[in-house]
This record gives sequence, structure tokens and C-alpha cells, in this order.
Amino acid sequence: MRNNYIYILIAFAVIYAIRVLPLTLIRKPLRSRFLRSFLYYVPYVTLAVMTFPAIVEATALPAAGIAALAVGIIAALLGASLLTVAGACCAAVFLLELIFT
Amino acid sequence: MEPMEKKQSPFAQGLRDGIPIALGYFAVAFSLGIAARDAGLTPFQGMLASLLCVASAGEYALFTLVGAGAAYLEVALVTLITNARYFLMSCALSQRIRPDMPDRHRWGIGLAVTDEIFGISIARPGPLEPRYHYGAMAVSIPAWAIGTALGILMGTVLPPRVVSALSVALYGMFLAIIIPPARKELSVAICVLTGFGFSWLFGFLPALRDLSAGMRTILLTLGLSAVIALIFPRKEDAQDAE
Repeated sequence: MRNNYIYILIAFAVIYAIRVLPLTLIRKPLRSRFLRSFLYYVPYVTLAVMTFPAIVEATALPAAGIAALAVGIIAALLGASLLTVAGACCAAVFLLELIFT
Repeated sequence: MEPMEKKQSPFAQGLRDGIPIALGYFAVAFSLGIAARDAGLTPFQGMLASLLCVASAGEYALFTLVGAGAAYLEVALVTLITNARYFLMSCALSQRIRPDMPDRHRWGIGLAVTDEIFGISIARPGPLEPRYHYGAMAVSIPAWAIGTALGILMGTVLPPRVVSALSVALYGMFLAIIIPPARKELSVAICVLTGFGFSWLFGFLPALRDLSAGMRTILLTLGLSAVIALIFPRKEDAQDAE
């Protein structure tokens, strides 16, 4: 059996190292242009991979998940805040599932 | 940019600017708590994870892996991958630190480099002010932790419709992070579109579909980011000039 507290402590150790090592050790910009570019793109790829198709599989009605994706993209393109985009996605799912299930 | 209020201490300014962050965190943390509950975490464990990690996507990945009974090494790797952006944020912050700032503040600020706290902290003119950072942390992190615990406690008492609706809140938040930069930069748009596309392909292609969600995330992130970095190397001054 694996232990939830060990999971949490591993995550904390890794995430704290990620955050604190640049602050304590690296005092100059990274030299490698490739590495800088690579690290710049990492979050966008990661979050995109985590978002789709998971958002469609998360809802009781798959069509509601697709609608949430569309609504979220449009709201984000319109410059809505993080909270507004998240709220709009929830509202889309709630309304569609209310109507069609 | 709001004019600086000289009368307030930096800590009080941080508290004030942290209030909207706290409100947003509370709502998102509630749905994160639902994911933690599905993974079998207790409210205390969820609160502890949120206090220590203060990371939306990172904690979501953690809870997913806990629920799947993943190997500890996989948790470490996925945490590394899903939180890599904080490395860059900390690099940016390190350039704004006054040379005479005591080292303990480097360790303190490093506890909470999040999208939002990083955003308001680096947007403040002049050298980095640790007390401002601490003020924002003091109001937003408790909201994040309590929201997570309440999501675990109350997730089951909410109607299924509400749970289904809240389950997309985090994905909505991810969209809010990745879509606006994708509009400004072709290379980021390609990151997002290829991320969507390959993630979808890996879900059903033979052999690839047997990969765990965590391994899929690692492989696609390393592969796609490397290829895109080779094709679209970034200009040296793109981030640091601001």
C-alpha cells in the first residue's frame, strides 16, 4: 500500500525545489536558447494535453464537455479573467445538462 | 497600473491585492477538492497538499495519480513536468531581487510562486518586495487550503449536476492560462493545438492508449516542447525585457 502523506511530501519536495532553486542558485539568465525556449513552451503543451480530451470526459453529458471547451476558449480569447473563464465553463455544463438530461 | 499607496506597508498592500486572488482560489480549490475526494484523500490531507504545494494543475495531477495508485517516481516526474513553469517564473523573479536581500527571503518567496502571486509580485515596480509577496500569500493560501478541504467534505452532498458542472472549472482555468498567449504567439498556438491533437490521438491509438495519463503527459510535453523549441527558438529578450 502506498501512503497519501508520502505522495504529498514528494510533490511538495519537487515543487519547492522547482520554485526555490532558481531563486537561491541561478543568478543569471539561462544561457541556452533552446533550453529557454523549451521551458517556455512546456506549460502550454502540458496544460493543453491535460485539458483535452479530459474536459469532454469529465462531464455526465459529453456534449456538455465539448460546449465547456468552446465556451472556455471563446471567453479566454475575449480576455476574461481566470475566474470568469472557469465560471463560464461550469455554467455551460450546468445549463446543457439541465436541458438535455 | 494603480498608483502606489505610500501610506500602507508592503505587507498590507499585499494583503489587499491578494483578496481577489483569494476569492478565485477558493472557488477553484473547491472543485480541486472534488478531484482529491475522488482520489481518496481526507479533508486534512487535501488541505495539507494545498498548503504545501499551492499549485492548481500540479495538485490536480497529484490527486489523479494518487487515485490511480501511481508509483512514487511517477508522481515526482509528473510534478516536475506540470510545475515546470514555476521554474521560469522563479528565474524571472531572481532577476528582480536586490543584491543585499537576506537569503531567508529567497526561501520564503519560493514557497508560493504561483501564476497569480507571481503576476502581482512582478508587476510591482522596483526591486522585489518580500513583504508584499508574504501579504498576498497570507490571504490567498488559506483560502486555497480551506477551499480544498471543503470540496472534499462537501463534494458528496452536492447534487450530481453541480458536481458535473464544477468538474470543468479547472479545465476552464487551464484554458484561461493557455489561450490568451496562444492568440499572441503562433508558436504557443501550435503548442496548444498539437497538445490537444496528440493527447486525443494517444487516447485511442493501439499501444499508446495503454500509457497512463501521467506518462502520456510527460512524453507529449517533452517531445512537443522540444520540437517546437527547435522550430521556433525564442528571441533572447522576449521575456526579460519587460
